[in-house]
Amino acid sequence: MKFLRGAGSDTVRRRINRAPSPFFAHSVPWVSTMLGSILPTWIIIASAPVVPPLGFLAFLAWRQLRPGLLPIWAGLPLGLFDDLYSGQPGGSAVFLWSIAALVLELVETRFPWRNFVTEWLVAAAMIASYIVFSLVIANLAGASTSLVVIVPQIVVSILCYPLIGRVVAMLDRMRLTPIMELR
Amino acid sequence: MAPSATRRSGNSRRAQYRTFFGYIVGVLGVVAGAVFLLISILGSDILSGARGAATQAAEPVGDATAHGRAAGKGVFDVVKGYVLAGSRMARLEHELETAKTRLAEAQAIKAENRRLKALLGLAQREPGAVAVTRLTGSSASSTRRFATLGAGKASGVMSGMPVRSRLGLIGRVLDVSGSSARVLLITDTESLVPVRRATDDVAAFAQGLGNGTIQIRLLSLGVNPLKPGDVFVTSGSGGLYRPGTPVAVVGKLKPDGAIAHILADPAAIDHVVVEPVWAPEAIAPAASAPAPPEAATSE
Repeated sequence: MKFLRGAGSDTVRRRINRAPSPFFAHSVPWVSTMLGSILPTWIIIASAPVVPPLGFLAFLAWRQLRPGLLPIWAGLPLGLFDDLYSGQPGGSAVFLWSIAALVLELVETRFPWRNFVTEWLVAAAMIASYIVFSLVIANLAGASTSLVVIVPQIVVSILCYPLIGRVVAMLDRMRLTPIMELR
Repeated sequence: MAPSATRRSGNSRRAQYRTFFGYIVGVLGVVAGAVFLLISILGSDILSGARGAATQAAEPVGDATAHGRAAGKGVFDVVKGYVLAGSRMARLEHELETAKTRLAEAQAIKAENRRLKALLGLAQREPGAVAVTRLTGSSASSTRRFATLGAGKASGVMSGMPVRSRLGLIGRVLDVSGSSARVLLITDTESLVPVRRATDDVAAFAQGLGNGTIQIRLLSLGVNPLKPGDVFVTSGSGGLYRPGTPVAVVGKLKPDGAIAHILADPAAIDHVVVEPVWAPEAIAPAASAPAPPEAATSE
């Protein structure tokens, strides 16, 4: 009688004759990351880089929370999409996201044991280097922004990463909600 | 938590190949990204067409959020207004006093200006607006300062046109698609606006610093004549920006100029005006150069 207990309280409700939709289960990571790429453009008309790169944070969170759900090459299409909206020179996110996925994989095979703090530390290091390298690439392409400008953004991004992780975890539970009727 | 066993591909040949090719494509992604990046840094911006289409696709939501931003700002302003009413009243009264004298001065200058222009036989150029629209988005997470405009080719917006609000200069149109356009804000480090001091003709360049402030670089070397509070307006040299558009107010002095704050904060405005290029004939010779943005910098 396990499936009867707690029905309605759990996000993943156990129901007879229902199964998660495969389309929904597979598309949520992609769609949420893409939404993360567009979202910063809508929040504020900024005069300084203040909003965290939410697309990258979501990508990182999905790869850390569910390794293998987004394939290791997901940085290629998702980065391309991010480049359309981020304002960075074309190819910047394709390059950096692909490297980030490989580096994260490498770190996880080296240090298989993990907890909240180590995950956050790894993510913090990756976020900081991502923002710095984005600046370097933008400067190579013609800008001349100084490093001081991005310090607040790095701090904000690192601090809000656990929150993004929470949202991603929530989406991860939602995507497996049994909504499809079995016949 | 220990690593889950499901990540090992096991004995299945199919699963092994899948993992292997996953890594291959992952590395290919890095290489493709690097090549792509090299092309966009060295050569042309191959993404610009796709970017236009992408911005246009996100346009309806961007427009909705623009309304939302304006409403949200209104709520905050009301609350702030109640809290700061007293001190603000005193400051405004003081400002009104100075503004009255300034207004008288301005009227005198205007009259003189009209007389001198008539003397020179120059036609008064007060261009009408090409489009009045909203800023629907911006590159808030990047170090570059771009904004998206809610009007495009369909409204007659063209690349190079200055964008201003009622408070001052915002930027310049970079590339245009059907119903949206990308604007290079004056706070971007690649934006260079020829300016002069509003009170006299101290000429300078205003270059963005990427953090919301602007660096004023004086053209003539020597003793720095600037004082905090000096207002800079566009000088019109280069032919792109109409002379007299307010740009920035000096904050902190530097040996070769000053750090200035922009007058028209794009976060705090609701509508922007796209103006035609002020003197197209002045930039026509430079238009054949590969990079039209530099036309603004050439004297």
